[in-house]
Amino acid sequence: MTPLTPPTADPAAAVARFAATAPADVAYAFVDSPVGTLVAARTERGLACLAYEDLGGGADPLLERLATEVSPRVLHAPARLDDVRRELDEYFAGSRTAFDLPLDFALMKPFARKILAVTARIPFGVTSTYGEVAAEAGSPGAGRAAGGALGSNPIPIVVPCHRVVARNGTLHGYTGGLHRKQRLLELEGVLTRSM
Amino acid sequence: MTPPPFQRLLDAHAGDVLRFLVGAVGRQDADDAFQETFLSALRAYPDLEHADNLRAWLFTIAHRKATDVHRARARRPVPVGAVEERPAPEEPESSDWDLVRTLPARQRAVLTLRYAADLPHRDIAAVLGCSEDASRRAAADGLKALRKELVP
Repeated sequence: MTPLTPPTADPAAAVARFAATAPADVAYAFVDSPVGTLVAARTERGLACLAYEDLGGGADPLLERLATEVSPRVLHAPARLDDVRRELDEYFAGSRTAFDLPLDFALMKPFARKILAVTARIPFGVTSTYGEVAAEAGSPGAGRAAGGALGSNPIPIVVPCHRVVARNGTLHGYTGGLHRKQRLLELEGVLTRSM
Repeated sequence: MTPPPFQRLLDAHAGDVLRFLVGAVGRQDADDAFQETFLSALRAYPDLEHADNLRAWLFTIAHRKATDVHRARARRPVPVGAVEERPAPEEPESSDWDLVRTLPARQRAVLTLRYAADLPHRDIAAVLGCSEDASRRAAADGLKALRKELVP
């Protein structure tokens, strides 16, 4: 028999208060979207990742990666992702064609950083090819490597790697699955050749 | 090595830390002590030398915050007539803990860590910097003292 019964205490309110005020280096939240639940994480510099929750083993490995590569001060703080949620909602509702979110390229390797910086400038409703993106990034002929870099994009949708397609117009590949690439391009009014 | 994402610590231990603090300092001060505990933990977190027994590490901080509350209360003189201003008595289930809070510091700490937060004596010893035997002895002494109060 336990000589003393633990006091009752529901930590939900205390945890919420902590998350709202604590100086976390990485704040994350789950964001619902028409292409599935996204895990959004930001640093003080900006949005560092936006991952499809049903890929890559879910949120846990991603949070581990952020802890190792950015900082272990990782907290679930949905309020700090409010602007991300709002801009994504507007994008999917068709009322936003460009994101105004500050970005943090911390999770990208140097080559991917160059490729994705170019990709980030491709306008809404326009597509480019792997070769064009590579050339623009200063590595002509590196289309295949560019494809790899785009596949590792930690901030899909906002850094619109879905706008990069093969030279023959096929979608080729996508970090979140081809059905999502098609969905995003349809949303932007780009006609896509059926796979 | 890098410790795991801080959120994991919060998910795993927030309930026990809050129960410990409710037991140790009372419901009124528990939330502030909880905030201070996790803030201190968050600040120190990236500089941790190793990530084994994070639970004991966290409770070391919580115990320190609880001790701060008790020290502050001891310094604060109780004004005459304050009895009327005191908040309504806490629910009956916590009355045992009201008594625990009147015990000597070591016994109070051991009993709250053991029975409010469910820490094993091995971890309590790590938190208090004493031996497991000393922790068990303090728990036994504390319970004996309580029984005297509870069963007159």
